[in-house]
Amino acid sequence: MSKVTNVVFAGLGGQGVLKVSDILADAAVHAGLDVKKSELHGMSQRGGSVSSDVRFGDEVFSPMIPEGEADYLVVLDETQVDVTRHLLREGGVLITPEVFYDEDQGIEDVDDLVADEDNPVTERNLNVALLGALSVRLDLPESCLLEGVRANLPERLHEMNLEVFQYGVSAARKRLS
Amino acid sequence: MVQQSTKASAGLRRLLSGDEAVAAAARELGVSLGTGYPGTPSTEVLEYFATLGGRAQWAPNEKVAMEVGVGAAFAGARALVTMKHVGLNVAADVLFTAAYTNVQGGLVVVSADDPGMASSQNEQDNRRYAVAAGVPMFEPSDSQEAYEMTAAAFDVAERWHIPVILRLTTRLCHAKTLVDTGRFTASAPPETFVRDIPGRVMIPAYAKPAHRRLRAKLAEIAEWVETCAWTRTVEGSGRVGVITSGVSYAHVREAIADAPVLKLGMTHPVPIEAARAFAQTVDECIVIEEGDPYLEETLRAAGIAVRGKDPMYRFGELSVQRVRRILAGDTSAEPTPPRGNPPQLCPTCPHRLVFQALSRLNCIVSGDIGCYTLGVLPPFEAMDCCVCMGASIGAGLGLRHALPDEEARRVVSVIGDSTFVHSGLTGLVEMVYNPPTTGHLVMVLDNGTTAMTGLQEHPGTGRTLNHEPTNRLDIERVAEAIGIRRIHTVDPRELGSDGLETLIAETLASGELAMIVTRRPCALIEERVATAAAGACNE
Ligand SMILES: Cc1ncc(C[n+]2csc(CCOP(=O)(O)OP(=O)(O)O)c2C)c(N)n1
Repeated sequence: MSKVTNVVFAGLGGQGVLKVSDILADAAVHAGLDVKKSELHGMSQRGGSVSSDVRFGDEVFSPMIPEGEADYLVVLDETQVDVTRHLLREGGVLITPEVFYDEDQGIEDVDDLVADEDNPVTERNLNVALLGALSVRLDLPESCLLEGVRANLPERLHEMNLEVFQYGVSAARKRLS
Repeated sequence: MVQQSTKASAGLRRLLSGDEAVAAAARELGVSLGTGYPGTPSTEVLEYFATLGGRAQWAPNEKVAMEVGVGAAFAGARALVTMKHVGLNVAADVLFTAAYTNVQGGLVVVSADDPGMASSQNEQDNRRYAVAAGVPMFEPSDSQEAYEMTAAAFDVAERWHIPVILRLTTRLCHAKTLVDTGRFTASAPPETFVRDIPGRVMIPAYAKPAHRRLRAKLAEIAEWVETCAWTRTVEGSGRVGVITSGVSYAHVREAIADAPVLKLGMTHPVPIEAARAFAQTVDECIVIEEGDPYLEETLRAAGIAVRGKDPMYRFGELSVQRVRRILAGDTSAEPTPPRGNPPQLCPTCPHRLVFQALSRLNCIVSGDIGCYTLGVLPPFEAMDCCVCMGASIGAGLGLRHALPDEEARRVVSVIGDSTFVHSGLTGLVEMVYNPPTTGHLVMVLDNGTTAMTGLQEHPGTGRTLNHEPTNRLDIERVAEAIGIRRIHTVDPRELGSDGLETLIAETLASGELAMIVTRRPCALIEERVATAAAGACNE
């Protein structure tokens, strides 16, 4: 049995944590893998912490990622790093909006990032931007991820999201190289 | 009998939550009516059923939903009734005697339990209800099973003319896993009413034989479950065997790959002989179950040697780590995960103004369940009790009756609009019938929706589950008809917390039986309208 990939998305209510986990889960379905995804709903609308587990591979059992076994932790709001870091395995990868910061461009925090007109990232599409950044590390065809984006967002948002996804991809590639 | 589909659409693989999977099956099975009352984690079953084109309705509360479901089944139709675990407390009166009747069509009740209390006031284990009411219970372990067991539940319901409970848990309701849909075909709707007086009129003369009939049905089902496909053994090379059910099964498979597992799809009746035979094939047999030690006790009572979990694992939901610990007999303290941000009343929530006023007046607040329960948190801390839906009024009256007059005059009952319709009406009747000598004040926080569970309609909004117009229950007129003489309706935003403070103080001082309705749409509705108008949102 091949290894299961474990991704945790975390953030605050209203940031689109659940939406981005839906996109990734769908992408893995398109790739022909077994997928399980789990989160707790209910209180997320009221600004509380939200997190969602996505697991994919040949065969996935539990829908929940055991603590300390996440391969990737994608945190949309930096205040949530401290409360989720323990989910990551040793050697696991943490991805935050920091991946987009660039001192030379004067982008030192999320506010700078979303205010900057030269990049397509906004408060609303940060989730998909980070998915792009994550995607360069995943063993999933890009076509499947883009299919996931299209399947989970209304058509009028496709263009903007495909653009910001690619922006995430290049930002992450730049960091990796 | 449930028919398997031969349609071309069979075999469509989709990622569905447990709730959605139940709805998908219900739709394919031709369920005539889905009815229930919202409650996390069950709410999405009916919402998704409606999205698929099914006829779905919110009832004012779970008891009424169950009654409507029973009636539809008496008519010979398939009915699905959904609720969260505590909803079954409200509907229990119906269930216990419906179990005696010869339900004609298929009646399946979804009970969504919440081990770990992700958003509930208790973590009761509704497997106990299956035993107490004498109804069969299915427990799926992923969305595929939720889909298939919905059909199986209707099969059992129709074969033995008995209500069947489909027990889901929060994790299963909300986790998405792959489902092959398109497998079932719809049953034909009833053609005519079939009279069965002794089977459905539960006067003692008919109920006495009905009880015996129920026990005979259960004995037959108990025999059937021993060998049915839902009682399943997974081979393994290990010497330790596990008996489990529901989502715990998924954790078990991950935690201990080589263990033989007896997986129970039905947890009432329990297939005792299958469990006995399984236990004999292993050196040690461990029961892994969330919540109460229900299977453990049942198997032990039948003389089967099993080991259960340490009582520390009775609290909260299970996980792979916790299953590993149970298997290892590890009872050391569990690490406490860091706490994230707790939920709060939205910054522009109209409830805030009410709690500001109540807090400043130092009222004794008999609270209720909904978003407004968050009024208990700082900075307000303006709630002194909260037990179950509707209790604010009765408990407030009890406080008034028992406290010295000076304190009794500070007691206020606070209740949401959906909760008021759910179970506040009878409290109001009590208030008029047995009035406290100091009078009483009920505040209805009417935000025009059931916000807590995700903005569902209710009779007071005048719109159906699908948000279409219907007759509206007028809260003030009902209160007036019940006999409340002093009724104020205000917009909390317009009046402000100072104005509210004055109004509450005056009303309390009057010593009358009074109601203040604070009416202002939920901030989330306003926000939703604004976002829709503004366009882009990736949420
Ligand atoms: C018996 C029962 N059924 C359902 C629920 C789930 N539930 C909790 S509060 C609530 C209603 C909240 O609506 P409302 O009273 O209008 O208050 P709001 O959240 O809108 O402020 C529901 C359905 C419950 N706790 N108990």
